[in-house]
Amino acid sequence: MRQHQKSYGVKTVAACLLLLVGTTAAAEYADIILNKLSEKEGMRPVIFSHWFHRIRFQCRVCHNELRFEMRVGSTDVNMDDISQGKFCGACHNGEIAWTTENCDLCHTGAPGLSTGVRGGHQTLGPGIW
Amino acid sequence: MLTCYQPAAIAGKWLPLEKDGLHDTSNPGLKLLQSPAEALANLPPDNAGNQVNWHKAMEQGLINPRSSLSGAKEPEILDLDILMEDTRGALMVLFPHKVHTQWLDCENCHEKLFKYETGATPISMGDILNGESCGVCHGAVAFPLTECNRCHKIPREQ
Repeated sequence: MRQHQKSYGVKTVAACLLLLVGTTAAAEYADIILNKLSEKEGMRPVIFSHWFHRIRFQCRVCHNELRFEMRVGSTDVNMDDISQGKFCGACHNGEIAWTTENCDLCHTGAPGLSTGVRGGHQTLGPGIW
Repeated sequence: MLTCYQPAAIAGKWLPLEKDGLHDTSNPGLKLLQSPAEALANLPPDNAGNQVNWHKAMEQGLINPRSSLSGAKEPEILDLDILMEDTRGALMVLFPHKVHTQWLDCENCHEKLFKYETGATPISMGDILNGESCGVCHGAVAFPLTECNRCHKIPREQ
């Protein structure tokens, strides 16, 4: 327990220091990299832009109605599900948004990016996001 | 210490996607995507996050994000402020349900993150800085943790 507290304290101090240092990251705040499956399947990582989507949908649509967990990487999303209208496929079906045939519009990330929250003007936490 | 930090005003600086360090510039689809500046420049400015005051943008009708996939379901808005008094040396926190329920359903926070009963769930800045509690959103998508006084805003004298 004491060791856990010490580790927790170090993480918190690190988070505070990062918070104060600021950021030089260039991408837009709350941009999400999804790459648990993409590159393994020979595709670029997906970049999900919160700024683009929240203009059009309230948080509740994806994070309640469509069942995306509010933690990056914790919802496994694959193309089979999307093609069947789940997750991204609830909109990306040619009726609300572009279809899954437009691979290059979602799989837009540079090679090697790891799953996580990216973007500038953000809190630089310990990476749990 | 944290309450002293205020980031410099950075409004109006959105990089094009091809220069943001994330997008693959060799991707032919990149030029078809909307740029952040095109989408965000005409929305109310802010000095953090996406440099957009999303709450104002919705209140002023500049954006009209759907509340459900079909757009037919009315969201449940709760106009109830919660005063969190036990904030040690910091200003007290006033949590507005209204602005949160304008974006989120009750189930997004209750009871996965917070019990319904006021005060029943301990909240600490340590947890928040580590991406738990309020930090599930704030610091990742909702306004960042550099903006102390947006939550800690109530002096004890009042």
